[in-house]
Amino acid sequence: MSKMLAIRLMRLVVTVIVVSFVTFVGTNVLPGDPVNALIPIDAQQDREFVEQIREEWGLNDPMVVRYGRWLGDAVQGDLGRSLVTGQPVTDEITHRLPITFELMAVAVGFSLLIAVPLGAFTGYREGRRSDRLISGLAQAGLSLPVFVTGLILIYVFALRLHWFPAVGWNRLSDGLGPNLKSVALPALSLAITEIAVYTRVLRSDMIATLKENYILSARAKGLTDRFILFRHGLRPSLLTLVTVVGLNIGFLIGGSLVIEYLFAIPGLGKRLFSAIQQRDFMMVQAITVLITVFYVIVNTATDLVYMVVDPRIRRTN
Amino acid sequence: MSKLGLPPVITRAPSRLRRGPRNAEQMFPGSSGKSRFGNLFGKMPWLTKLCFLWLILVVLAAALADLIPGLADPNYQGFVFGDGKTNEGPTASHWLGTDNVSRDILARLIYGARVSLIFAFSLAAIGIIVGGTLGSIAGYFRGLLETFLMALVDTWLSFPALIGLVFITTMLGMRNLVVLVLVGAVFIWPSYTRIARATALSVSGQAFVTAARAIGTSRKRILVREIFPNVLPALLAYSLVGLPILIILESTLSFLGLGVEIPTASWGGMINQARQDLLINIWPAVWPAVTLFMTVYSFNNLADWVRTQAAARSAAI
Repeated sequence: MSKMLAIRLMRLVVTVIVVSFVTFVGTNVLPGDPVNALIPIDAQQDREFVEQIREEWGLNDPMVVRYGRWLGDAVQGDLGRSLVTGQPVTDEITHRLPITFELMAVAVGFSLLIAVPLGAFTGYREGRRSDRLISGLAQAGLSLPVFVTGLILIYVFALRLHWFPAVGWNRLSDGLGPNLKSVALPALSLAITEIAVYTRVLRSDMIATLKENYILSARAKGLTDRFILFRHGLRPSLLTLVTVVGLNIGFLIGGSLVIEYLFAIPGLGKRLFSAIQQRDFMMVQAITVLITVFYVIVNTATDLVYMVVDPRIRRTN
Repeated sequence: MSKLGLPPVITRAPSRLRRGPRNAEQMFPGSSGKSRFGNLFGKMPWLTKLCFLWLILVVLAAALADLIPGLADPNYQGFVFGDGKTNEGPTASHWLGTDNVSRDILARLIYGARVSLIFAFSLAAIGIIVGGTLGSIAGYFRGLLETFLMALVDTWLSFPALIGLVFITTMLGMRNLVVLVLVGAVFIWPSYTRIARATALSVSGQAFVTAARAIGTSRKRILVREIFPNVLPALLAYSLVGLPILIILESTLSFLGLGVEIPTASWGGMINQARQDLLINIWPAVWPAVTLFMTVYSFNNLADWVRTQAAARSAAI
């Protein structure tokens, strides 16, 4: 188990280094000069000034040297300064991170709250009318792109009914009510797809579990269906769901980028989007690496949770 | 050519014998009195039939868009030339009305289908060819190459694809369909490689591979004639599941303004353009959203049906 953990952690470090290096090379190889982000257009004509700026920011050093310097600073928590605003990147990220995190956490929490009972119920009623209805709806939910869901919600609940704000964000420090109001629609847009995915996954595992012998014996003992479903059936059926929740973090990150763009939420995704457009390479680099670290950690944690839930995997590894 | 000097045709059993009969029609030819395709279509539930017909309609419309008589030019802005109105309802000349710059919505839907389908199908094809080749080689030859390739795949997959796509497409500046497909290819191959390798691993252990080796078939020939043809069905099944995801991906990129360049019609781009005027005229957003949803849903429904059919068949054997 500890050897397993060590291998995992090593792979995590390797992945982060590879991804940060590839992003670094990418920002340097693709068209677009960081100097253009640093100084206004008329100043770019002045060759001497441009050279001075390049020297000042260390842009003339070989790429590997610059990468090494960046990595050295990054492990100490210094992600450099934004090429556009001049502010430390770390400050801006810590300012925006809670927003994106809240959005994603609310989306996942809400999805699980809805999907677990739905999945268990449809698995229990396999093939009945209620199962066919809910499974059909899940398939439809799966077919709705996040931005379409978001637009529908904006149109109905913000533009027509005026229950929620259409765009913008209220921080938790502005009060719980306004904060919840601004997180509701974006999180729900993300959650619709997630609910569909989770429900389907749990349903198919539940169907398999309910065919086991110990379920039959529980039934023979005269236990109620609900008791069997949630006390005997649920835990062994959660395996795939745990994995899928972990794997879907990738979808969630991409989705929150789209949702933050649509709802004009000042989170990390929106900042990444604008940073790419402004050629603010330090910012792009930092956010990309941060997202990757998060993604890889979640994946590693998923595998570990998997081992905790199912003792059989612990043994074979 | 084998070492025993047998003609190459002997190294491989006739496909009928090797794979076994697939259905009653193959086992007793002519017994059903229907062609294989008619059989398949007849067995679909009504909803899947509708989905199938819709997909045929979309593919035909996209392929034959230039030949449809009376279909408007998707980029023609009538009001500029004084013979059209913006935000028009359905009329005889514009069946679905016009958008906020008086372009024909139906024509834009049809040409937009072209972008979506070409993107999705070419990426699926690239995934099958590149991923299938790499995965088959890794899964059959094993060794250091496999270790290296799979580590690369794992690292690659630990990076959220949408972030990477947004990153590259913004940096590139020039975005036509060919560029988009090539950028997409960078992110599509790892998942296909992983599946091809897993399938190749299990195929390698099959008796017919051992038999081929026993009569002296070269490893290269086994890879091409035994492994790859048996990896292909798994990849095809996976690509059917992947197509709707690719269509959503294309529309999401277009929605973010990072798909094909305007004024080229694309479903996501149409929705993005129409969302500014939702309260004035909602239809330019509704039609592409509905078309997008129906197409994605149809692919999902068809993929689900194919999966249940395959499961039923393997259970019957």
